[in-house]
Amino acid sequence: MIVIVDTGGANLASLRYAFDRLNQKAKVSQDPNEIQNAKAVILPGVGHASHVMKKIETLGLIKIIQNLAQPVLGICLGMQILFEESEESIDKMNTPGLGILPGKVIALKPSKYTTVPHMGWNKVKSITHNALLDSPTEFYFVHSYFISETAHTVSVCSYGENKISAIVNKNNFWGTQFHPERSGLSGSLLLKQFIKAAL
Amino acid sequence: MLCKRIIACLDVVNGKVVKGTKFRDHKILGDSIELAQRYRDQGVDELVFYDITASCENRRVHEFWIDSMARFLDIPFCVAGGIRSRDDARLILNAGADKISINSPALENPGLISELVQEFGQQCVVVGIDSRRVHNTFMVYSHTGSELTTKNTAKSTVEWAKEVQTLGAGEIVLNCMDSDGVGKGYDIEQLIAVRQQTTIPLIASGGAKTAMDFVRAFREAKVDGCLAAGAFHRNELCIPDLKAFLIKEDIGVRI
Repeated sequence: MIVIVDTGGANLASLRYAFDRLNQKAKVSQDPNEIQNAKAVILPGVGHASHVMKKIETLGLIKIIQNLAQPVLGICLGMQILFEESEESIDKMNTPGLGILPGKVIALKPSKYTTVPHMGWNKVKSITHNALLDSPTEFYFVHSYFISETAHTVSVCSYGENKISAIVNKNNFWGTQFHPERSGLSGSLLLKQFIKAAL
Repeated sequence: MLCKRIIACLDVVNGKVVKGTKFRDHKILGDSIELAQRYRDQGVDELVFYDITASCENRRVHEFWIDSMARFLDIPFCVAGGIRSRDDARLILNAGADKISINSPALENPGLISELVQEFGQQCVVVGIDSRRVHNTFMVYSHTGSELTTKNTAKSTVEWAKEVQTLGAGEIVLNCMDSDGVGKGYDIEQLIAVRQQTTIPLIASGGAKTAMDFVRAFREAKVDGCLAAGAFHRNELCIPDLKAFLIKEDIGVRI
């Protein structure tokens, strides 16, 4: 069973339906036991980093998620909270993340060539051979914060002068900055690859 | 680089897609799910559903068809129409929509924009602006869903666009009412006026008929996306041909 962690964001339905379309049973849950016993865990996240972290903390899931040994896929904000900290905060302090991957999430700045949020389809290229993406493909992005290239970045995309970490991986933890559940056939293919690697 | 977006807009009344001219005289064109499926298969990048009568009609019907859309659509979609509160927005987003678009309620209560942004995030809050030229300036109109209720708000379009951005909106859809349904191309001058004063994504709406209209909006007004309805519904423009034309014109789109 795939478990989608109920982080309170609003895209839970679209994620669940994405797995439905792949004939893969996925359950939305906040229950530590269900999450620990899942074959694979999806960490969604829409909204604000501090709200999602607060929710995870309130549910007592911080240690549980940090110690997961099965494949974990963080999507969008769900990927960003895998890192140490984020500039997206409600006060002047950075929001602490789960700290599973080293690095800091920073704000995208608008420029002459780029509007913010980074919203729409952008081409993702792998820089390290990985299980999720072979050849360059467009995926749907929507975010205002990002992680630049890190030691754990396996695929990137360019937005203006920014090189954005599009897929990250460390051991069993994966993250995509884009939304595979909203990326048409390319997204379904990527989720299939994740399931194949996971189950 | 980020691809330019082609967005198909479906004006929906009770689950049926309709189309009017200059926001008037709506004709039924087909079933919303069938049309959405067709555009998705043709490679549209995003869909917008304007429930143009939702302000006063049955909310449950609304929720039910959004859920049906979310089950089969694997591309982003936005729902507009009658969203007046966080509760309305939550219902629609939880049913599976990626974004909500607000228009008249934002004019009545601009604070609603920041409330929605705080609760759901900037990325899912779109503000639609209905605008038309009055003398030598552009003015915002509200309640344009019906002929009887349309009114000039006495707000400048550019000033309102700036305010909307300051309040945290993630995207602006600029519906240029003078060009809507007329098929003479987007209102480039008006789009440029808003583009120059904002840094959030801007979507052109109203007037598309030929592939060249899209080229001009992307190239001259530097919009992030172009929205069209009638030109797609009436098969005047087919999305794969449009995208092939844009690529030939050196405009990056998703194939």
